Amino acid sequence: MTAQVEAAVADAFHAEWGRVVATLVRLTGDWDLAEECAQDAFATALERWPGDGIPRRPGAWLTTVARNRAVDRARRAKLGASKEREVAVGASGEREPGDPVADELNDEEVPDDRLRLMFTCCHPALSFEAQVALTLRTLAGMTTAEIARAFLVPEATMAQRLVRAKRKIRHAGIPFAVPPAHQLVERTAAVLAVLYLLFNEGYSASTGADLVRRGLTTEAIRLGRILCTLMPDEPEALGLLALMLFHDARSAARVDGAGDLVVLSEQDRSLFDAAAIAEGHERLAAALRLRRPGPFQVQAAIAACHVGAADETDWAEIAALYDRLYDMSPSAVIALNRAVAVSMAEGPDAGLALIELIAPDGLPDYHLLPAARGDMLWRLGRRTEAAEAYRAARDLAGTDAERRYLERRCRDVSL
Amino acid sequence: MRYLLMIAVDESASTQTPEEDGEQMAPEYAAFAKEMAERGVLLGGERLRLTSDATTVKVRNGEVLATDGPFAETKEQLAGYFVVDCKDLDEAIEVAAKIPGAQHGSVEVRPIWEM
Repeated sequence: MTAQVEAAVADAFHAEWGRVVATLVRLTGDWDLAEECAQDAFATALERWPGDGIPRRPGAWLTTVARNRAVDRARRAKLGASKEREVAVGASGEREPGDPVADELNDEEVPDDRLRLMFTCCHPALSFEAQVALTLRTLAGMTTAEIARAFLVPEATMAQRLVRAKRKIRHAGIPFAVPPAHQLVERTAAVLAVLYLLFNEGYSASTGADLVRRGLTTEAIRLGRILCTLMPDEPEALGLLALMLFHDARSAARVDGAGDLVVLSEQDRSLFDAAAIAEGHERLAAALRLRRPGPFQVQAAIAACHVGAADETDWAEIAALYDRLYDMSPSAVIALNRAVAVSMAEGPDAGLALIELIAPDGLPDYHLLPAARGDMLWRLGRRTEAAEAYRAARDLAGTDAERRYLERRCRDVSL
Repeated sequence: MRYLLMIAVDESASTQTPEEDGEQMAPEYAAFAKEMAERGVLLGGERLRLTSDATTVKVRNGEVLATDGPFAETKEQLAGYFVVDCKDLDEAIEVAAKIPGAQHGSVEVRPIWEM
């Protein structure tokens, strides 16, 4: 029974934390209070659910307890009748005066404030680092210590970052709101950028090396799903979710038993997560039906090409998709990826010609450029130059797994 | 909420005299001020003389020290300001973006510390 309740509370935590905090922020306007009351509500659930049973709607139960806790605290802090009333009826000004919160909680549907919370956390008036930290704390419910570990900074630094961000929201008057239509495109892009960064931070961490970092991919996908539920007509949100799912589907095949990197062409397809791939295709199809293309949708389409059988990869299609992506947001990294796709579709000399157009100034410190060059040179039989390129790539690589892989390539082509 | 919108421009960038600059910008600023006054957000604002006309004052050990120039040498200089009363930061940003000087300089949005 206890284990079952603990599991139920853990599930509720993942599913409802952000929702409880979001509602409490709306009702009290106080971010710290909202977090504390949400924490109290989950602690209360651990105490009460074993005896009382798991409530039919855990989210509504938790929100009610957290709201009551906010009212209690306001009362105990002797903030006076007016402030207490404010907490009780909601301070956001969005509600009719006298409209009691209790009524709202008796309704079948508690309004979902998480979209407002997402947009507020990702407000451009906050630094990107602060946006990321706030999103993890308030929406995903990660502790300050966990966030600090995930971003490799001291806990005190992360705590300070969160304190400053919340203070700026209060002092500068950053609204707790979904932006108006004319700002929605830009502001949505900011939210997507935060989620994508979370995903990449987790994805680039080697498996097993740090579970907290790996957990960021799970959180990013979870938040991506929530965003798609809240903004069902936003094709780029669906595109990003599809992209994350396709990448994540391959995570078990990316490294071998020894923790060494396995390149895409050699990855064991049977290790791919079929459910994630199926959901990815579904989300991408839903995005494309909306007929408003964007960079995340194109990247998802490329990722979709890579989750099929290795010998059936349509490289010409991938090269064409990179062309489109380059038109949308020209960058040297995209040009490099296009060169790799062209080398697969048309031959290594065609790819090499494109790479020479980027190098050496385009991406001076990017290890994947000399790595791709090395691969093409090797395929052309220019072994000495290939080994040299792999060595340069190894010296620039950021993780041990990558360094070991490039070292191995360097040896293989020299044989 | 009240905000101070500080307009910073590079004084050395213009090829005209400050008077010519002012004449050229006057209609745009008048239109901005009229729109914001009608909306009820504008509380005040002025154009400032150049930093070459600025004097910085400090008092040390009871002695008044006045020196030529602004308190900090920066790439852009404070050229004018508006005080506005807005619903929230999003509205203040929207108003700041409509200041003609935002087209070539920058506008710093600072919440006023209400006492």
